[in-house]
Amino acid sequence: MSVDKIWVLAEVADGAPITTSLELISHARSLGGTVEAVAYGDGTAAMAPTVGEYGATTVHDVGDLAGALPGAPVAAAIAALVAAGNGPDVILFPATYDGRDIAARLSVKIDRPVLTNVVGLTEGDGGLVSQHAIFGGSQILSARFTGEGPHIFVVRAKSFAAEPTGGAAAAVVAAPAPDTGATNAAKIVARHVEERIGPKLDEADVVVSGGRGLGEKEQYALIEELATLLHGAAGASRAIVDAGWVPYSHQVGQTGKTVKPTVYMACGISGATQHMVGMKNSKNIVAINKDQDAPIFSVADLGIVGDVHKVLPKLIEALKARG
Amino acid sequence: MNVVVCVKQIPDPAAPGALDPGTKNLVREGKLILDDSDAYGVEMALQLADAAGGGDVTLVSMAPNGETSGLRTALAMGAAKAILVSDDSLAGTDALGTAKVLAAAIRRAEPDLILAATESTDGYTGTTPVQIAELLGLPSVTFAKKVEISGASVKVERQTETGYDEVESPLPAVVTVTAGVVEPRYPSFKGIMAAKSKPVDVLTVADLGVDAGQVGAAGARQEITDVAEAEARSAGDIVVDEGEGYQRVIEFLEQLKVL
Ligand SMILES: Cc1cc2nc3c(=O)[nH]c(=O)nc-3n(C[C@H](O)[C@H](O)[C@H](O)COP(=O)(O)OP(=O)(O)OC[C@H]3O[C@@H](n4cnc5c(N)ncnc54)[C@H](O)[C@@H]3O)c2cc1C
Ligand SMILES: Nc1ncnc2c1ncn2[C@@H]1O[C@H](COP(=O)(O)O)[C@@H](O)[C@H]1O
Repeated sequence: MSVDKIWVLAEVADGAPITTSLELISHARSLGGTVEAVAYGDGTAAMAPTVGEYGATTVHDVGDLAGALPGAPVAAAIAALVAAGNGPDVILFPATYDGRDIAARLSVKIDRPVLTNVVGLTEGDGGLVSQHAIFGGSQILSARFTGEGPHIFVVRAKSFAAEPTGGAAAAVVAAPAPDTGATNAAKIVARHVEERIGPKLDEADVVVSGGRGLGEKEQYALIEELATLLHGAAGASRAIVDAGWVPYSHQVGQTGKTVKPTVYMACGISGATQHMVGMKNSKNIVAINKDQDAPIFSVADLGIVGDVHKVLPKLIEALKARG
Repeated sequence: MNVVVCVKQIPDPAAPGALDPGTKNLVREGKLILDDSDAYGVEMALQLADAAGGGDVTLVSMAPNGETSGLRTALAMGAAKAILVSDDSLAGTDALGTAKVLAAAIRRAEPDLILAATESTDGYTGTTPVQIAELLGLPSVTFAKKVEISGASVKVERQTETGYDEVESPLPAVVTVTAGVVEPRYPSFKGIMAAKSKPVDVLTVADLGVDAGQVGAAGARQEITDVAEAEARSAGDIVVDEGEGYQRVIEFLEQLKVL
């Protein structure tokens, strides 16, 4: 199978395609052939110029979902196009909540396996070869499908660069979902958006993250203050998200955000493999931990073996003094 | 209310993972334990059944070599019984194949609600539960951080990138829970003793009527082509804080022109 046609799920947030979708469209373009997007929601027409600029020629528009979770209807719309003989060779999904759900439902509908947690995609004999970071990113595993397409890959954020090519706006073609019956019965009845100050976690140039080593919830204020002084974003390990100290939107790692800032500061974080996959590719890593054997030190450019309650207040005072 | 919880039994994550040099599959030998991620689903199920005034919590698991150690842990927490699918033909099964097997097993229990974790610790594809939902023709809500039953529907607070959504779905439904959803109980001594005599129904792929071609390495229709060391990140300067550690951080940030 050669890869002539690639589809990418163009997920929308705040009225624009998410960065991971643009990364996937950009990379799909470099793999050759035609790149098309699949989108849903009421803002598809508005985003056609952007996905076109990154290289997609067409947007298959599932349309408004009337409050339904996207998994069932969007998968059904894609499966209908595949059944009609208009399917692609490869479908790329961003590894988001909705992307994962749609890919999972689609895999059953068209009876194709899925490769998830993809961090690289290259051309191989008769199809694509995917790369996966395993054991906390210490090894890279390559895999490929042996059966017929469409081949479904779910790709992690920041695996590729998003690069506009100056393409024309993509043509929008309606691709309504067929009736999905009971599978479509889960409805969103209300949305809650948590307040955020400063840059977005996955876009910030500096990320300061705190972990269980902070000792108690109130101490997270040190992380927030330091992040603000460095014009960065405040992150967290899953341990303190689960403990309810900070909202989930702060979580860095396998189930949280992937970040690649200029500087990542891990404060009181041990460096579990699931945390490392989300931050290991930061350009520079600073770790503060009182245990000199903490795994986080193995990836740190600068490691301070010390107590966060001593180091952080001094650091904050010194930065304040600089004004 | 009858709840099924999918529980995966995995090698102890504290032991370093390894790939079989031949098949390149994750080595799953020796004793397996309850995936910690699934302890949350078990606890949630027990609490929901309790709040609904009764009903059974049934565990469903697919594991090699008739493994039941992880199931016993969950039974000790309070689940009533378990269905275990174990069959040599399952070696190398992928998420879709696993979902086909688990869906067939779940059908037998006729649950009102099916719980699973958002992702397993060793496989972490995060797709299996939604594949199960699709196979069973049910709605699904992933990434639940709060779950409540109200009449014939389930109300979920679902994590999003920026906060959470309130989602409602009629039952039966599949819900995947995060680790923040509830605090799993420790099995009591009484629970551990009682678990020894709770029923575990062991089934094969043939018992479930699943076609053998749908499972195992052949059903997975994918192969690992290579495993390589990632570019190692060399450790940098490690300094012990004697009161001046903060100064090193400032110098480093200056060097990077962040300051
Ligand atoms: C399926 C799955 C998915 C997961 N996904 C994620 C994920 O996305 N992100 C994530 O982060 N984790 C994730 N985890 C959890 C992960 O395995 C770890 O449990 C978690 O990262 C640990 O958080 P921590 O480093 O804050 O806590 P700990 O591991 O408890 O480490 C605390 C550290 O603080 C240090 N410390 C203590 N006191 C001080 C002090 N006074 N000063 C300085 N240092 C101190 C200790 O030496 C220790 O190293 C996942 C786990 C599973 C099973
Ligand atoms: N072999 C299995 N037996 C029972 N439940 C499973 C199995 N595999 C996956 N699951 C369930 O599906 C969730 C997600 O798994 P995964 O798709 O491997 O990330 C797990 O946390 C379990 O709740």
